[in-house]
Amino acid sequence: MTEALLQIKDLRVYYHVDAGAVRAVDGVSFNLEAGIKLGLVGESGSGKSTMALALMRMIKAPGKIESGQMILDGVDLLQLSEEKMRQTKLMKLSMIPQGAMNSLNPVMRIDKQMMDGLEDHNSLLSKEELTARIQELLTAVDLDPKVAKMYPHELSGGMKQRVCVAMAISMEPDLIIADEPTSALDVVIQRQVMAMINRLQEKLGLALILIGHDMGLMAQSVDRLAVMYAGRMMEIADTKVIFGNPLHPYTQLLISSLPVLENKGVFSGIPGVTPSLLTPPPGCVFHTRCPKARDVCRERIPVFTEVETGRWVACHLITA
Amino acid sequence: MATSLIELKNVTKIFGGKKNYTVALDDMSLALSENFPRIVTVAGESGSGKTTMGMLLLGFYSPTFGQVFYRGQDLRELTWTGMMDYRRNIQAVFQDPFAVYNPFYKVDNLLSIPIKNFKLASSGAEARSMMEEALTSVGLRPEETLGRFPHQLSGGQRQRIAVARALLLKPKLLIADEPVSMVDASLRSTILKSLRALNQDYGIPIFYITHDLTTAYHVSDYIMILYHGSVMEVGNVDKIIRDPQHPYTQLLVKSIPWPDPNMAWGDADDIINKSKVAFVKTTGCKFLPRCPRAHDICQTQPPALFAKDSDRAVACYLFKDAPVVPREELGTLFREAV
Ligand SMILES: Nc1ncnc2c1ncn2[C@@H]1O[C@H](COP(=O)(O)OP(=O)(O)O)[C@@H](O)[C@H]1O
Ligand SMILES: Nc1ncnc2c1ncn2[C@@H]1O[C@H](COP(=O)(O)OP(=O)(O)O)[C@@H](O)[C@H]1O
Ligand SMILES: [Mg+2]
Ligand SMILES: [Mg+2]
Repeated sequence: MTEALLQIKDLRVYYHVDAGAVRAVDGVSFNLEAGIKLGLVGESGSGKSTMALALMRMIKAPGKIESGQMILDGVDLLQLSEEKMRQTKLMKLSMIPQGAMNSLNPVMRIDKQMMDGLEDHNSLLSKEELTARIQELLTAVDLDPKVAKMYPHELSGGMKQRVCVAMAISMEPDLIIADEPTSALDVVIQRQVMAMINRLQEKLGLALILIGHDMGLMAQSVDRLAVMYAGRMMEIADTKVIFGNPLHPYTQLLISSLPVLENKGVFSGIPGVTPSLLTPPPGCVFHTRCPKARDVCRERIPVFTEVETGRWVACHLITA
Repeated sequence: MATSLIELKNVTKIFGGKKNYTVALDDMSLALSENFPRIVTVAGESGSGKTTMGMLLLGFYSPTFGQVFYRGQDLRELTWTGMMDYRRNIQAVFQDPFAVYNPFYKVDNLLSIPIKNFKLASSGAEARSMMEEALTSVGLRPEETLGRFPHQLSGGQRQRIAVARALLLKPKLLIADEPVSMVDASLRSTILKSLRALNQDYGIPIFYITHDLTTAYHVSDYIMILYHGSVMEVGNVDKIIRDPQHPYTQLLVKSIPWPDPNMAWGDADDIINKSKVAFVKTTGCKFLPRCPRAHDICQTQPPALFAKDSDRAVACYLFKDAPVVPREELGTLFREAV
């Protein structure tokens, strides 16, 4: 088997606040193959955005990447100099941050904002080439090239999100990380934007990490699904496999709580509350809510283990 | 005919000035009767007028045209006692319930203030036990919630406290505006379950406002699909979600991300081209510019509601041969199929 495009190994990212260290990402490992769409799901506060920012090395104080490895194409991003990391971000890796469409500069035309990104990255292009490239990118995301001369307030939410996607693909990266790209959009627009992202992903052969909390969107969009809970990875498998036969008790409860067409009116939630990341419980972080917890779960942290090819889970009940 | 609990009669709500205005709700008539313990959903994309409709029912907005009646009386003509009765009997739960409360109030205050205002208890001990009962009925432990400040509770706990608060007053109608949009999937189910229980155990009708058709399908009995302030399709929720008839409802239902990889979206070509068109004001059907099945007749005037089934009507000329449901009798669709 060839090396995975991305290998995350035992990554830890903590936020050091007055009360102590918030363990937002606490020993996460996973691989992502080239050209694959991976969904990263978890409740709010489970560390998804922190994971994305860490991959871009954009964690700011009081946050700190404590330890681990993030190997992209054989190179550990954490060992790179600032300059080398900047180049890697140009060539290989880009992100659509959470809420990006609302962070477009309101007083700058779209082409100028896109130009800034491109110029930064590619000073070899002439003005005309840049303009042509912008038109090409806007067309690629199904926008009218006229959008180039507009301001953000003249665009709908769906159009703004398309602009953000255009910026993210502008340097033809190998991997795009999209943090909740459609969570503020209406369903019809969401479906259109996802269809457009899928089309580009296939055409450009990108790998995609799609972050979100909507299991429905994941079921419709990604090849593989990674489930996070309280800063740790619980389970990773192919999407169909995870929905059909979840192994981790957390994933099981999560999936059985989803509103599918067949079981109308059946409501089952997950009892209890998520633990504080300042003082996570010992052992498995899910044991406080797990209906199947045993003594070992309260004592030892389960190792994230590949139980079948491509199927990883962190649970004493499975790996014991 | 018995008077309705609450009724919107030809209500139009317009925001903005002469030049730049929005018709948020367009000539809406709806009567909800008192002893009708069902959950009715109002669904539609953002900006379709859902919240406006809720606010009008709550008396927080006044209509630009038309009237709102509480037990047969125009809201503007209610006496003080009538107003107190109305305020108590129509309760609301919002997306972020604590946004409207004082952050320095403990949970106790949130629950004891309505008890005091509406004189629900004759002693402190009785008030206390009422609060405990309300919390328990939404699955919260009083000892873990009373005495706390809102910021010390999770989103799901806060939302359930809002439900408990509404429950305390045993209202005749609960209006829930996107009550689960900000909570995680694992909690969503718990909150919807407590709403459903409130509805079934206490016979309280619920007006559920949401943009999410999956929860609408699960929690409600009837649904009304709004588009730019007008009803597109209305009636039995199972029929409408499983077999939508209005081209707009079909578009919405096709876009639902069902959490089931075996119910794949498939090709999106069918929804892409037509729906790029922006909304334009027309004299005909509002959905015309986005409609894949438009005909000439659609430009003439807005379609009436045609009763496709005994418990479902569609505002679309495709069904023009079916009997017309008069606008003011829209509430009659919220009845068991015969
Ligand atoms: N800048 C910060 N300072 C302190 N804590 C933070 C900061 N950013 C995030 N956190 C905390 O880290 C945890 C994970 O947050 P985040 O990665 O945003 O989760 P998600 O994207 O899954 O909602 C949360 O407990 C959050 O409160
Ligand atoms: N207070 C207000 N002032 C001006 N316009 C408003 C106000 N409230 C709502 N609107 C407009 O009315 C329309 C319907 O809004 P709303 O009822 O909030 O829709 P929904 O709840 O379905 O998203 C929208 O176009 C919105 O911008
Ligand atoms: Mg996030
Ligand atoms: Mg609203």
